[in-house]
Amino acid sequence: MLKIAKYVVYDILRSKVLLAYTLFLLLVSLALFSLETDGAKSVVSLLSIVLIIVPLISVVFTTTYFYNAYEFIELLVAQPLGRNTILLGEFLGVAFSMMAAFLIGVGVPMLVYSPNAMGGVLLLSGGGLTLSFISIAFFSSVAMRDKAKGIGMSLLLWFYFAVIYDAIVLGILFSFSDYPLEKAVIALASLNPIDMARIMVLMKLDISALMGFTGAVYKQFFGSSFGLVYTLGIMLVWIILPLAVSVRIFKKKNL
Amino acid sequence: MRYIFSLLLLVSILFCEAKVITLCNQCEIKELKQAIAVSKPFDTLLIKKGIYTCMNETINKPLTVIGENRPALDGQLKDEVLVVMSDHVNIIGIEIRNSKCGSMKDYSGLRVFKSKDVKIEDCVLFNTYFGIYLSDSKHILVKNCKSKGANYGNSDTGNGIHLWKCDSVQIEDCHLEGHRDGIYLEFAKHCFIQNNYCEKNFRYGVHFMFSDNDIYENNTFTNNGTGVAVMYSKGVHMFNNKFQNNWGDASYGLLLKDMSNGIINGNSFENNTIGVTMEGGTNMRFEKNNFTKNGYAMKVMANCRLDTFVRNNFAGNTFDASTNGELKENLFENNYWDKYEGYDLNRDKVGDIPYRPVSLYSVLVEQMPYAVMLMRSFTIDILNRAEKNIPSIVPETFVDDKPLMKMISQK
Amino acid sequence: MIRTENLEKHFGKLHVLRGVNTSFAGGEVVSVIGPNGSGKTTLIKSILGMVVPDKGKVYFDGLDVANDFSYRHHIGYMPQIGRYPENMKIGQLFAMMRDLRKSSTALDEELMHEFQLPAMFDKPMRTLSGGTTQKVSAALAFLFNPKVLILDEPTAGLDPVASETLKAKVLKAKRDGKLVIVTSHIMSEVEEMADKIMYLFEGKINFYKIIADLKAETGEEKLGKAIAKIMTEQAHA
Repeated sequence: MLKIAKYVVYDILRSKVLLAYTLFLLLVSLALFSLETDGAKSVVSLLSIVLIIVPLISVVFTTTYFYNAYEFIELLVAQPLGRNTILLGEFLGVAFSMMAAFLIGVGVPMLVYSPNAMGGVLLLSGGGLTLSFISIAFFSSVAMRDKAKGIGMSLLLWFYFAVIYDAIVLGILFSFSDYPLEKAVIALASLNPIDMARIMVLMKLDISALMGFTGAVYKQFFGSSFGLVYTLGIMLVWIILPLAVSVRIFKKKNL
Repeated sequence: MRYIFSLLLLVSILFCEAKVITLCNQCEIKELKQAIAVSKPFDTLLIKKGIYTCMNETINKPLTVIGENRPALDGQLKDEVLVVMSDHVNIIGIEIRNSKCGSMKDYSGLRVFKSKDVKIEDCVLFNTYFGIYLSDSKHILVKNCKSKGANYGNSDTGNGIHLWKCDSVQIEDCHLEGHRDGIYLEFAKHCFIQNNYCEKNFRYGVHFMFSDNDIYENNTFTNNGTGVAVMYSKGVHMFNNKFQNNWGDASYGLLLKDMSNGIINGNSFENNTIGVTMEGGTNMRFEKNNFTKNGYAMKVMANCRLDTFVRNNFAGNTFDASTNGELKENLFENNYWDKYEGYDLNRDKVGDIPYRPVSLYSVLVEQMPYAVMLMRSFTIDILNRAEKNIPSIVPETFVDDKPLMKMISQK
Repeated sequence: MIRTENLEKHFGKLHVLRGVNTSFAGGEVVSVIGPNGSGKTTLIKSILGMVVPDKGKVYFDGLDVANDFSYRHHIGYMPQIGRYPENMKIGQLFAMMRDLRKSSTALDEELMHEFQLPAMFDKPMRTLSGGTTQKVSAALAFLFNPKVLILDEPTAGLDPVASETLKAKVLKAKRDGKLVIVTSHIMSEVEEMADKIMYLFEGKINFYKIIADLKAETGEEKLGKAIAKIMTEQAHA
């Protein structure tokens, strides 16, 4: 598995796309930190990068990579290697590369300009999102045979989690605003990795606003150490679940 | 005022044959009651270090009471400790402790009643129900005193310094902690409150009721239950105070209710759930204040009129403003808003397009509080932007037509 | 050595394999032929485990291969169109395959040298012509000295010299007691290499015969004609 991951990493490093992504993140982070005198505001701007751009690049890159590596996977499947070994190896390789890009691109500037708990949480949520969206991209790549359909499905899933989902939640809140919805909202947020990541950062960033009446309920839940474990646990589920489904599909897949 | 006092003291020492009566545990005079009884007006009582039982002792003539190495007067939780009922009394360097607690009467450590020209300095109040209780008095100075609320339980504690029907009271350099209200003023006029530090009071750091023409400046109010409240008062000026770290579902830095003609200048509101809440404010002027890192920088209710907000900084707040209707006749101008995304083509340092501090999302949260969980969502961002371009829900008159491009230095 | 039992496979509505029962033994070259879409490649891929059959089983040396990939240590596969990681160089590809297979048996680098691949080890895969890619595929299939070789259209795209080299290698493998399964459209080539011929038609084995027997039955000298004769007979029957 690690051997396959190693070759995947070699292969990714040879293309310039990952390098470009790293540089992009690095430039954006550096620009935000150096142009903005207020550190907190840079973190806010970085947050939108982490919540939107990082998942988007993660799905697009992973899906494209997967279809480009189709030959390699075909080659591997005819070898004495288990299918789960192959897919997990691919995942590890992609995950390692993307995480490295994210940590260099965002983590290093963060360490230089804003080495605090806030920065740590932002890195944690960005890392979690990178992994879960790679996992989601693996799902659509394995489920769709056609490259265009696979990328389309990945983009659709990204759009769903990044935009549509919260709109649906808003709609639900609007329709049921007369009911007590604390628990429902926590459950709803758990069904979207981007919401989980966002809430993790919110607990550090908007603590003042969250002390208001309804916010306090969430602050109590997500702000506690149990809440952190819960959030990280759900993030982990969002990494493992799509990957596990991908492995199941891949085991039966005809190449 | 202090100088007049000193002069009076000097005069009395020179011409009235004032003498010094010394109290100590081994002295002839061991109790304050005795000392007061034998003293003549304008005498000085010197209390040596030690603990003296003192229950509801009344100073009924002009005296100067000075503690040496801060002796303690102990009420033994049975009554009030010390009462002043005379003009020209000075109380300096004394600790007052263990007053009775009770809901029938506002027991206090030090009560000043119907007196003028009283000076209380360097005193420490400890475990008293009310700390210093001033009523029907004029020209009082409270300086460099410390009061820590009694441990009677959260709700059952009085105020640190309580003013009722007072005039020209000056409170400075005091530290008030763990009371119901740090400083409470009711029907108190012409008071001057400066350089105090009020923290961890269960209700308000400072609480004004029906108190007109007062000034407070350079105070710090931090971690109080719900912040600072100024209600039903006219002409209260607030300069260079710090309102910070008031967190809770009904917490704010500053609550203004039915206020008029106040000036709020050079204050900083930081890390509060709500920076300023204003209900029924008329002719209030907010200038050069800093609003930073609050949940809401300000909530201005629709019943506020003729108020002015100029040259304030709003930065790092989750929401800049919120309201409950259409604001009328209020002016927002030349403030700096860090969320402003306009441009300045003519380079006059003023943005060319107006800024609306009330976002669609803050209106939504007002109506469906659970939506607070969607804060900073991309979807919300899109909605806010859409609303900014085609305003339909956010109040149209809540607008800064001349937002500044750069933060203003308030110093 | 390899046995299939009642293999069934659908691709969507297409019924590609309709109950294929067959077996292959060592020391022979079997040629699988049939029209396009008759299920040749699917059969081969089922044996390789690249396609998972809907029903039926594949046995390798008597063991069911489902959920056990270790039998692939004994198989060398040359795909119809070899596709490899584009950015990889030939040398790296060989090194990687060695690394991944961790083969304990002695390597068979004969074909690699005969195709003069080491001289091109620095060339990235994407720059190679179709023929050279086929050479790489062939060399890789033989590299680990497997008991079974599965070659899908091996000579398509190869130049005549390389074709001959490969054919010689196949015959040599047969002499070494290996099983070689070849698909091909070129009858002359089949005739040169194969001992047996399996004709697949619409997902079923139409016939599976020793070539000599087939010729004798039909009385034809040429394999192509022999097959054509059988086809017409079937059509009339």
